[in-house]
Order: sequence, then C-alpha cells, then structure tokens
Amino acid sequence: MDEDSAFVDDTEMKRLFSRRVFFASILAVLMGILVLGRYFDLQVNRHQDFVTQSDNNRVLMRPVSPPRGLIFDRNGELLADNQPTFNLTIVNERSNNLEVLIEDLQQLINISTQDVAQFRERLKRRKPYQNIPLKYNLSENERSILAVNSFRLDGAEVLAKLKRYYPQGPLFAHVIGYVGRINESEMRNIDPSLYRGTDFIGKLGIEKYYESALLGKLGHEHVETNARGRVMRSLGKEDPIPGANLRLYLDANLQRTAQEVLQDRRAAFVAIEIKTGGILAMVSTPSYDPNKFVLGISQTDYSELVKSKNQPLFNRAIRGQYPPGSTIKPMFGLIGLQNKNITTEHVIDDPGFFILQGVERPWRDHNSDKGGHGDGIDLAQAIIESCDVYFYNMGLDIGIETLASFSSMFGLGQVTGIDLHGEQPGIMPSKLWKKHTLGETWFDGDTINVSIGQGFMLTTPLQLAVMTARIASRGSHVVPKLVDSKNDVNIKNNGISLMPVDIQAEYWTYMHKAMQNVVHTPQGTAHRIGKDLDYTIAGKTGTAQVISIDADEEYDKTQIDQTQWDHALFIAFAPVEDPEIAIALIVENGEHGSSTAAPIARVILDSYFNEVEKNMLVGR
Amino acid sequence: MYKSDFVRQLQTPGGTIQLRRSIKVDYTLAVILLILCGMGLLIIYSATGQSVFYVRRQLTFILAGFFIMILFAQFPQRFWERWALIVYLIGVIALIGVLQAGIEINGAQRWLDLKFTRLQPSELMKICVPLMISAYIAKRKIPPSLKHVSAAVILISVPVLLVLRQPDLGTALLISATGFFVLFLAGIKRRYLIGAFILAMAALPSLWFFVMLDYQKQRVLTLLNPQHDKLGAGWNIIQSTTAIGSGGWSGKGWTQGTQSQLNFLPESHTDFIIAVLAEEFGLIGVLILCTLYTVLIARCLYIGLNSLTMFGRLMAGSVAYTFFIFVIVNLCMVSGLLPVVGAPLPLISYGGTAIVTLFAGFGIIMSIGNESKKSRSVS
Repeated sequence: MDEDSAFVDDTEMKRLFSRRVFFASILAVLMGILVLGRYFDLQVNRHQDFVTQSDNNRVLMRPVSPPRGLIFDRNGELLADNQPTFNLTIVNERSNNLEVLIEDLQQLINISTQDVAQFRERLKRRKPYQNIPLKYNLSENERSILAVNSFRLDGAEVLAKLKRYYPQGPLFAHVIGYVGRINESEMRNIDPSLYRGTDFIGKLGIEKYYESALLGKLGHEHVETNARGRVMRSLGKEDPIPGANLRLYLDANLQRTAQEVLQDRRAAFVAIEIKTGGILAMVSTPSYDPNKFVLGISQTDYSELVKSKNQPLFNRAIRGQYPPGSTIKPMFGLIGLQNKNITTEHVIDDPGFFILQGVERPWRDHNSDKGGHGDGIDLAQAIIESCDVYFYNMGLDIGIETLASFSSMFGLGQVTGIDLHGEQPGIMPSKLWKKHTLGETWFDGDTINVSIGQGFMLTTPLQLAVMTARIASRGSHVVPKLVDSKNDVNIKNNGISLMPVDIQAEYWTYMHKAMQNVVHTPQGTAHRIGKDLDYTIAGKTGTAQVISIDADEEYDKTQIDQTQWDHALFIAFAPVEDPEIAIALIVENGEHGSSTAAPIARVILDSYFNEVEKNMLVGR
Repeated sequence: MYKSDFVRQLQTPGGTIQLRRSIKVDYTLAVILLILCGMGLLIIYSATGQSVFYVRRQLTFILAGFFIMILFAQFPQRFWERWALIVYLIGVIALIGVLQAGIEINGAQRWLDLKFTRLQPSELMKICVPLMISAYIAKRKIPPSLKHVSAAVILISVPVLLVLRQPDLGTALLISATGFFVLFLAGIKRRYLIGAFILAMAALPSLWFFVMLDYQKQRVLTLLNPQHDKLGAGWNIIQSTTAIGSGGWSGKGWTQGTQSQLNFLPESHTDFIIAVLAEEFGLIGVLILCTLYTVLIARCLYIGLNSLTMFGRLMAGSVAYTFFIFVIVNLCMVSGLLPVVGAPLPLISYGGTAIVTLFAGFGIIMSIGNESKKSRSVS
C-alpha cells in the first residue's frame, strides 16, 4: 500500500480494524498471561517465603524481664526486694525531632545535664526502636505531668520496671551487696542474650556471687508491630523464669543486735552456726545504704563514702586483716599439746618478760608492769589469764613451720571459701613466706611474735570465727556459708568433706574447759561477762597491737593517735557443752578485748540465746 | 452545533422511539462496572484500616461517575465526535491551569482546586486524548496518511508534554499510549509502526538523560534491585511483593492482611491496592478481578467491532486497550515488573477524578453501543 491509497469501502476499513483488534488482543492476552504468571509465581510458588517474610515484618520478639530472685534471712525476713520504678525513655525512631523533644521534656520535668549526657552515651549503642532511658525513677508528680502532655511528646515513653530495693538499708550492705547498672567492662564479660531484659547486675556481696541464680531466665513475648514499630497486640509469650529466691543462714535479728551494739565503731562481727557452717551474722561497721547504688549513686554521696576515715565501703568481716593477738592462743595451745611440745601438766614461771638468747630486747608480757603472771603457770592458766610468756616459750619450741601447717587446718592463712567474692586470705607466716615476700630469713624473734598472734600474722574476722567454730566442734571442717537454699532447695556442699583436725579428744575437752574459764572464773580475762549467765560461754580475749612499741616504752594511749590504739578482739562459742554458735569480734582501736570486745559479744550472744529460747517456746 | 445535533436526532423516527424507550444503558457494562466498584469499596475499607470516610467519599465519586456515564450514554455518538475537539481543548487548558495554579502535593503539581473538589486533569486526558484522536482520524482517510498521523502525534504530544512538566512520567507515557492505540487500530502502516518503535528505542537514552528526573531514574534502578535500599527506595516494592506473595491461593481474609493492616504497605488504598486484594483474597481474588476486567474489555471491543462508524470503532477499541494497559501497568508495577509510576488500578483504587473519567469513557462507549449493528437491528 502506498501513501495515498486509502479505503473508501467501510467493509474493508472494518476488516482492517478487526485485524488490528485481533492482533492487539493476542498481545494483550500474552501480556495478561505474563502478569498472571508473575502473580502465580509470587502467590503459589514462593508463597512460603513471603509468609515468612511478612511474619518477620510484623512479629517481634520482645524480651520479658524475669523478676530478680528475692533474698530472705533464715526466718523469712525480706532482705532484698523488687519494687516498681518508672523511667522516662525515648525511642528515637518515633520522635520527630530528638533535640526538640529533649528540650520539651526538660521544660516539663527536671532533667539534669548529666542525665542528658548519659542518655546520649546510651543512644550511641542502641538498637533501632529501642527504648533508651533518659531519666530513672520518676516521681508520681513527674509521671502525671508527662501523662498529661504525652500527646505532644511523640517518642517519649514512661516504662515501669522492677528495681532492686533493700528494705533493711545499711544493715546487710556488706553481706548482700547491691546491684547496679551494667557497665562497659561487665558488658564484655557477660552473655548479652541473658541480660536483654535488665539493666542491672550484681556488683557486690551475695548479689554478685549468686548473680546467675538471682538473674532468672529471660522470657519472650511475641508481639505484632506495625511498620512504625508500635506494638499492636500480643501473639503469645514464653514466660520468664524468675530468679531463684535465696534463703540465707543469716538471722536478721542477731545482725540487728550486733549492728546496734557496735554502733558507729569501726568493727566487724561474724557469727557461725557450728553444725552447718551457716553465717548467722556478719556485720562490718560503719555501713552504707546499698539503695543509693542501685540507680547510680550521686558524685557527692560517693565521694563522701570514699573519703570517710571510717571506710564504710570496706567489708572488714572478710577483707579486714588484723593481727589476731591472743585469740589464737587456744589454737596454738592445742597444737602444742597434739605435737607433744607441752603436756597439760607442763608449767612455766612468768617474770613478766621473756629473753631470747642473743637478743638484747626482752619480750614483755601484757601485764609486765604487775610483774607477770607468777610461777607455775600451766596451759589452762595461760589461756585464762592470757599469759604471753607461756606462749613465747611454747611457740619457740613448736617452731614456725609446725605452727603454720597446723594453723592452716584451722583455716588461717587462706580464704575460708565463703560464698562471697573478695575475701582476703590473711597471713600465716612461715620461713618460706618471709623469704618470698620480704626476701629475708626467719628469726626466732619472728616466731615469738607469731606465738601471741602478732608480728607478721594477720587474720580476718571471718577466719577467726571459722577457727573458733573448728575448735568448738572439736576439729570438724566447718566451712562458712551464707546461702542456705535456693528456691527452698538446699545448696549442697561442693562435695569436699575435708578431714577433721586431728587432735586427741581430751585436748579438745581441756581447751574447751580452759576457754570456759576465761569467762566463768574470776581470773578469766573475760570474767566481766560471766555474770548472770544462764548458759555457758567459752571465749578468748585478744588485744592486738597496731604499732610496735619498744620494750622499754610504755603504751600510753594519750600519746598516740586513736587510729593507732590497740584493736580489741574476742572469740567465743556457746554453749560449751554442745556448741551451737561460734563468734569472732574485732573492734578497731577498741584497746582491750576484755573490756571492749567481750561485753559486746555477750549482748549479741544473749540476744541469740533469748531468741532460741523464744523460738523453742513458740515451737512448743 | 450542539443544538442541531439534538434537532436532527429528534426528527428521525428511530430516535423518537429510542427516546420514548427512555434511558439507554448497556447492562453488561453497567453490571460489571458496579461489581468492580463494589469490590473496590470493600478493599478500600480494608486498606484504610476500616475507614468509613474513604468508603463514603469513593461511593460519592462512583455514584457521580455512574450518573455521568448514564448521562453520556444518552448522547448520540455523533455528538461526541463533534465535541471531541472542545473536550480536548478543555482538558489541555486544565493541564495548563495545573501548571499555573495547581496544588502541589509531594513535589508534583497534579491537582486543580475547584473549591468543591479537586480535579486531576491528567486523569481526564486519558479519555480526552483517545476521543480527540478517534474523532480526528475517523474523518480522514483510513488507513491514515503520514500527514494525518503527524497531526495526530502533535495532538498527542501537547498534553503529554504538559503532563511531563508536572512532572508525571508514568501518566505521560500512558496518555501517549492511549493516542497510539487509536492510530494502531486505525490501521497505521506497519512501516510507521516500525519507525515509531525504532524512534522510541533511540529516544530512550535521551529520555534517561534529559527528561527523567533523579527520583524517576531511582525508581527504575530500584526495580532492578529492590534489596539495595530496603528501607528507602526498595521499601515499596519489597513490601508489596511480600503482601502479594503471603496471600497465597485464598488470602488471609478480608481486613486480615497483616502487610496492609499494619501499614507496611505504602499507598495501600491508591496505587498499591492490588497488593491488599492479593494479600487478603489471594490469587483467587486476583483471578476474579482479572476475569471481570476481561469481560469489561471484551464487551468494549465487541461494541467497537459492531459499531457502524469508524469513530465508534476507534473510540471503543482505544478505550478498551487504554483500560487494559492501565490495568496491566498497575499489576506490573505493584508486583515489581515495572518501575513505580503513579498509575492507579482502574475502578478499584481510591481516587475521584480517575473513577469519574473512566465512567465518562464508558458512557461514551455506551453511546456508541446504542448505535451499533445490534441496537439498530433491535430497533
């Protein structure tokens, strides 16, 4: 057909049109098949893939925090609780303008620049659609202000969370410890998947030692979210498993009594239930309020605690290392008897001092100014009156190596294995120890010092309590522990049942009697607390020198700073016939075990036995 | 002009009878259109999160459109042939008006504010252009000569260039397609077709470099690799294919589509509405829709094939294919076969101008149908 040829006949035009319609329709059908093929491919062949993808789109797994395990004392008194707290959080994706939002919030409630700075830090390591806390612990007033204004605060959300609360305040701070926000170094050492639901981790004390038990297991909630991440509905959840509730051996009442009678002295007290090794009380004064640490302690509060001369943050009970003084005399006496260096009949004469051949300086007895304890002093009297010269002689005779190896069986010079972190091992010196640490050779003079619990020797109050419990139990391997049961299931010993201390039965009896007489006879150094006792106490006082005083100088407390005064110590167990409780008490710079430490111990023991009696009456 | 049309019509004996038989309606078209609009309302209700507001507005447009269709069907076909130029010019003026005083939404000027409603003149052009070209070509020699083809191309180009300036590349291409269908059906010579094809291929690079804006190029690139920017440019297409695919054979149920109900799906009640249908009613829903569309298009072609005039044939045929190409482009776009262009799904997507324009187009086809072989033999 050329340019000018055109149809005039309508039939031909119609035929051409029909051909074109036919041709176009074939094309259209082909295109239609192609498109429907695409839909078939998407909806039938790849259906499952897209179902998965659409579910991934909308279904989000949200962690559900397990409540942290509660901590109770032996009578069920609550020591660590969880309380709801309200935090202001921001989801960056949902805010129109973060800066404007923060400014708006600051105009409504008090948000410090420090809060904002910390918020920005957290913002850097957030995940999309994560709630980033801006301010913790909103007051009721702040919450209502935010609620009223919520319509113009897109992206800000108030979230309720559980916060640790210690209802007893400072009373158990050193035992329970506290939780705090997970810091960066902790973040590196934990499995983050376990901590999706919480910002807190045990920092100290039982909270730290039993972290994994207290933490609980994270639950998950499957929620349907829309494209902006807002939760539309819950599709079911896997409940979190709450952290295990811990029941301690601790007796809150005994702890309270000890705390009350120690007041603000720098002191530590440990009481052990002999049959179980359970810690009945563990006090280190002064203490601090652990609640302040939970949400982050303020800088001023913290520096006040750190700068305080009394070191309230210092757990003296397990970390304080003190010369034990005369409190180790019963143990050394037992070692001397068992090692046959002395017998129960062996006596010495005490002129008030002791002279080692070749050493000019004499070792004094503590009552050297009264001319010593006199002649014919046997072991019992040396214990009752705390005669140093007897132990100088005996210690030299036993030798440091035997003293050290036997002492370790009583738990000295090593950690006791209590369920707390940070326990100090103290020092039970030996020749090797001196060589290693000081690079010097051992002198007999060193042995003489150690024989009355001075010199290089250092012990923690907990070690002294363990030693006392092992003496009281006639050598049982008492291991101290705080936690009795998790979720009412007893915590088993870790399987190590060590051999008891091998000392002949009559020596135990002899020593128990001697220690009883420390309290119950007028000559006893602790006879003051023996009055009006309706139970028996076996004890030993100690006075530990903080500074060494030259032999020819007098100890004059008015001449020296109070922080250099002697420490007052007392160990005891009771009742003597069937020992239940062993205690160790140290009052820093308390001067005399007999006048300062022992009376305090008496009050605590009275409280213990009164309560036992009360419980027995109730039990009936 | 317009008076004489009526006078002549009324004077013919057949016309008087037809008038006495009152309203002339093509029931096949009317029923299918109403079913499709009903489906559209159901899906709009679901896609807007059970909003009665949108449904009510859309229903208003449908009723208005239906009224216009019935009204237009009453006019004789020659009326449309004669008034085509005027309608076309009104459309072009409206397009110029948009560029001068249009409302800007999302960076594109597409709407004219008529106080009581908003008008999208580019939608109107989808019917004005085939009407104009059909009327122009039908009066000329068939098949059209080069001169007339060139004149037709100019007539097509004017609105296309105006729409391009909005900018709206997708609609511009669709409008040129509508004009092209008329020329094709009019029997335009194969060498022109081949020439046009070569020209189009040659124009593609210049289209890419000179005409297409960055966001338009982005859409094309996104089509090739939607995963490249999942949360940005690729989002729409990933979410819509997910919605379609997760629907399966029978769908998740009405208002139960998670992709659409939870707002993962963009533009779910307008351009992407097929994804809602596919998600909630499955492939079965898509097939039912396509069947209805096929019947509708077939009916239009049937009317065209039976028309006694060249204008009637060209107009009915080109509207049928125009309608077809809208459907195909939308289905391809949403399922990731074509780049995202602003093309609603005819009769289903929410949007007033589009609905009314389509009904108007079907009104003209009905008026053509009234004077077909069939209707004449009946009368």
